[in-house]
Amino acid sequence: MRSASSDQTSDGAVTWLRHGRIDLALHRVGGGTGRPLLMLHGLAERTPEDLPPWAVSWPGPVWGLDFTGHGRSSLSRGGGYTAEMLLGDADAALEYLGEATLIGRGLGGYIALLLAGARASRVHGSIVCDGPGIAGGGIQPGSPFVVIPRFGRGATPDPFALVELARDVRPPDYVLNYVRFAFESSPAADPVVVSATVRPEWLAAVAAEPGVVEVSRSDALTMFAAESP
Amino acid sequence: MNPAENSEVVNFPGARRPDRRYSVDAAGLEISVVEWGDREHSPMLFAHGGFDFAETLNVFAPLLAAEGWRVVSWDHRGHGNSAWADLYSWEADLRDAASVLETLGPAPLPMVGHSKGGALSLQLAEAFPHRFTHLVNLDGMPSRRSMPDVAEHERTKMLAKELEAWLDHRRRVSDKVRRPGTLDELATRRGLMNTRLSHEWLRYLVTVGGRRDADGWRWRIDPTLRMGGFGPWRPEWSMMRLPGLSMPFMAVLGLELEVMGWGTRPGDVTPYLPSGARFEQLEGIGHFMHIEQPELIRDMVVDFVGNPT
Repeated sequence: MRSASSDQTSDGAVTWLRHGRIDLALHRVGGGTGRPLLMLHGLAERTPEDLPPWAVSWPGPVWGLDFTGHGRSSLSRGGGYTAEMLLGDADAALEYLGEATLIGRGLGGYIALLLAGARASRVHGSIVCDGPGIAGGGIQPGSPFVVIPRFGRGATPDPFALVELARDVRPPDYVLNYVRFAFESSPAADPVVVSATVRPEWLAAVAAEPGVVEVSRSDALTMFAAESP
Repeated sequence: MNPAENSEVVNFPGARRPDRRYSVDAAGLEISVVEWGDREHSPMLFAHGGFDFAETLNVFAPLLAAEGWRVVSWDHRGHGNSAWADLYSWEADLRDAASVLETLGPAPLPMVGHSKGGALSLQLAEAFPHRFTHLVNLDGMPSRRSMPDVAEHERTKMLAKELEAWLDHRRRVSDKVRRPGTLDELATRRGLMNTRLSHEWLRYLVTVGGRRDADGWRWRIDPTLRMGGFGPWRPEWSMMRLPGLSMPFMAVLGLELEVMGWGTRPGDVTPYLPSGARFEQLEGIGHFMHIEQPELIRDMVVDFVGNPT
């Protein structure tokens, strides 16, 4: 297990993980025993303080990660945010938690899918839900421009994260690689679930891939919870 | 680190350290900028390649300065004397470059970019076409070279391994430090990436791009940076910027393939060249053409951009 330090806050336990030069806040928001559920928030969001109603039925512990530049995690001087670096954030949490089921909102759903492919043998299913940042920056780059945010600098959500991650390019063929890796090595029977209503091009391609399951969030959680341990 | 702190001085014929150095605040990150030539002369901006640093121009830039140019370059974030960043990305590099460009005044100027710096300059020129009189790209045009002898399924496996390796690297990166060594050891290590450059030059580079700690020399580049990697980026996205360039454009390709090059062949470039572009293909010269043949590249650049105003 990754070395980590813990502190207790009034609203629950926070475990601090180090990813490069970033301190990541991993919140335990729900109890239980068994396989953890890791929640990944949307763009500009943070881990909820309380266990969301839809997660109450999850039998195992429920955790939430604040991505770099979000919530209580530290931010990056001068930006440099990419989905792949956030994938590294989520991987740090996975290393700490061990095998887990992932559920993500918007941007967090995209990262959950990437991690489900990149660490397929340790991710017992991923669920993509609606949320901020679900579209990303489209399937190819647009006209280049340079933005230096003026407002909100130095605090989370880091405005550099908002600018850069809103432009993150997501070509369908790139994303489908991760889906196929998940199919090859995941311990889950149906490792990729799309529960989102909104379907940007990358997610439409994922949903159209044979083997990807389209069910509601609650049905997906029930499905993965039943596959124990 | 102040270069004067390096107590072991190695000279190289024709090399001259920058005449001036200063920092630019690039949205919260300190970027090191260097200049050669009279400060009153017209500026020419140069972008170095990945895992290089501005002082790899210590022979080439003085040649241009002798032609009447004020050559301005900067160390990319995490490289050379610029600050180590928390995160690295293409967008961040572009923003850093724009921050340096912004300090040079409103008048358009010529820009030269090598390798990663060449690809970066393509994007900078598309974003700010009014800021450039000429654009010179030195082996910085990416291509998608196929691997015809590798089956599709195996390529997928290779990507999966690259992914895991990158994530494993990220897991270990928090406390990572560069391996120390003697001048010769660091020069020999760099020689694996700079196969056509002399050991004497690489020894010299250690003294201007490294720092001397109690246990030996280390390259100053951020130890969290790693070659290769993965992501959605694809080379044609850079090449598609070429046809729309509005300023005079010269592409220079070294035909000797090297490990740090992108394997681009003339046929990969020609279809994308903007109207009137000049395309130089150099037989017997490799990726680091401005270091390997500085006078030849100086002559090409000077001939293309004309005299400073």
